[in-house]
Amino acid sequence: MPSRLYKPTLIWLQGVTCNGNTHSFLNLPYLPQLLERFEVLYHPLLPCTQSLAETAHCKRGCDVLVFEGAFDPEMERAGTTLKQLVGHYAGEAGHVIAAGSCASFGGIFKASAPNRNSGLAFAGEQPDGPLRGRVGKVINLSGCPVHPEWLGYALMSIADGRPVAVDQLGRPTALYRHMAHDGCLRNEYFEWKVDVEQFGRKEGCLFYEHGCRGPLTHASCNRTLWNGVSSKMRVGTPCFGCTEPDFPRRNLFETKTNMSIPEEVPVGVSKRAYLTMTGIAKSFKIKRLEERLIDDD
Amino acid sequence: MSKAERKENIISTALKLFAEKGFYVTTIPDIAAKVGMSVGNFYNYFSSKDILAKELILYISEYLGKHIREINEGEGSAKDKISAIVTFYFTMATERPEMIEYFLRIYLSNREVFGESCEGMVCVSPFITEMMIFFDDGVAGGELRDQDFFSAFGLFMGYLGGMVFLFGEKILPEPLSHYEASIAENIYRALKTV
Ligand code: SF4
Ligand code: SF4
Repeated sequence: MPSRLYKPTLIWLQGVTCNGNTHSFLNLPYLPQLLERFEVLYHPLLPCTQSLAETAHCKRGCDVLVFEGAFDPEMERAGTTLKQLVGHYAGEAGHVIAAGSCASFGGIFKASAPNRNSGLAFAGEQPDGPLRGRVGKVINLSGCPVHPEWLGYALMSIADGRPVAVDQLGRPTALYRHMAHDGCLRNEYFEWKVDVEQFGRKEGCLFYEHGCRGPLTHASCNRTLWNGVSSKMRVGTPCFGCTEPDFPRRNLFETKTNMSIPEEVPVGVSKRAYLTMTGIAKSFKIKRLEERLIDDD
Repeated sequence: MSKAERKENIISTALKLFAEKGFYVTTIPDIAAKVGMSVGNFYNYFSSKDILAKELILYISEYLGKHIREINEGEGSAKDKISAIVTFYFTMATERPEMIEYFLRIYLSNREVFGESCEGMVCVSPFITEMMIFFDDGVAGGELRDQDFFSAFGLFMGYLGGMVFLFGEKILPEPLSHYEASIAENIYRALKTV
């Protein structure tokens, strides 16, 4: 890539976080090329030109602010509150990215301290947090953690000057328009209502008895695989719906049912239509789908 | 008479004949004669007795489904809806006994006639779906106890079917309507949360 005259400046700040989004980002295969496109003023782990103390002085601004973790107005970084830091840098920046579910909707830290913590512009689905009045400015890359390719997509778009279209919750439509269910290798089992017998098995779907949120979750995990090879459902674990504003829910391995009927059905499908299809599909026994793919244990 | 009306006429005539004479004894010429059409013309509507048999169960299932759907979509508690379903079912058994007869005596007892095209829930799905919606709403609303669907369904429908059977055999001392309130109460007590 030829060097460019203009490199947007980037600051990566952390709120209340487990560092998961930073670590996820380190797995981006083209991270070095991506970083070439920015002037990284501050990042907690990556090479950068400023210290945290210098960043906390709020002397200059940045073009792109990436924020990781839940927002807690009282929390301090190098003696400056997050409220001041976010107020200053988000005000200056042309683009604000909330990396991960905590920064987007509050996530697990909001769940444990709902009165203190929120996302940058939302708490759950409600506009809240320091940028609630500027919802349109924040690109929410929800996920626990954010998929590195999604962050790569957003930053590359910004570097290239391409606009990033977002949904009502600020999530880029290119990444979140599909369901996590789309591209899942277990779809045929879903259609014929054959549920998995135990975690880790390749055969069966995880929707009916194991809490899979794939059909209710906007995410492209089964289209853009993690580390280029896998997803939760591919290894036999249910999707936990980590990209949705109601994450984390309780009992992640359970499907809530009323008299054996799933309480929630795939997004956009009426319960009546879903139950009709289910009843009919269940009437058929498909031998191939009841068997192991390869009987090797 | 339009084609749809004629079809409806065949369906109700066939149901009555099957109830009176039995399924195997009743022939297509019998049905055709009773609706006043030639056997050849009859085959334009239903190409075989097995196909007619399947259409009849679909017709009944849709009829049941449509009315229970109205109850589901109406106002009221699960308790009220149980009463409404019992009343509807008994009214139907009194006014159109051939429909329930067909369901209980022919569909459930002659499964071989329905073969693969009616496997499992396929032909009764409009009705079963509405019962599922009823139970699901009842549990979600906190009024009914969470349990296996078929245990609840069997209890509800088995009870109604049993009463209609006793009524049809002229064993019940009183008309069905006499029992409506107490049966609805029994079903509600068996299904409600404690
Ligand atoms: S495992 Fe989950 S995502 Fe995969 S088909 Fe089943 S419900 Fe859909
Ligand atoms: S599959 Fe579901 S739980 Fe896993 S990362 Fe994607 S959205 Fe989150």
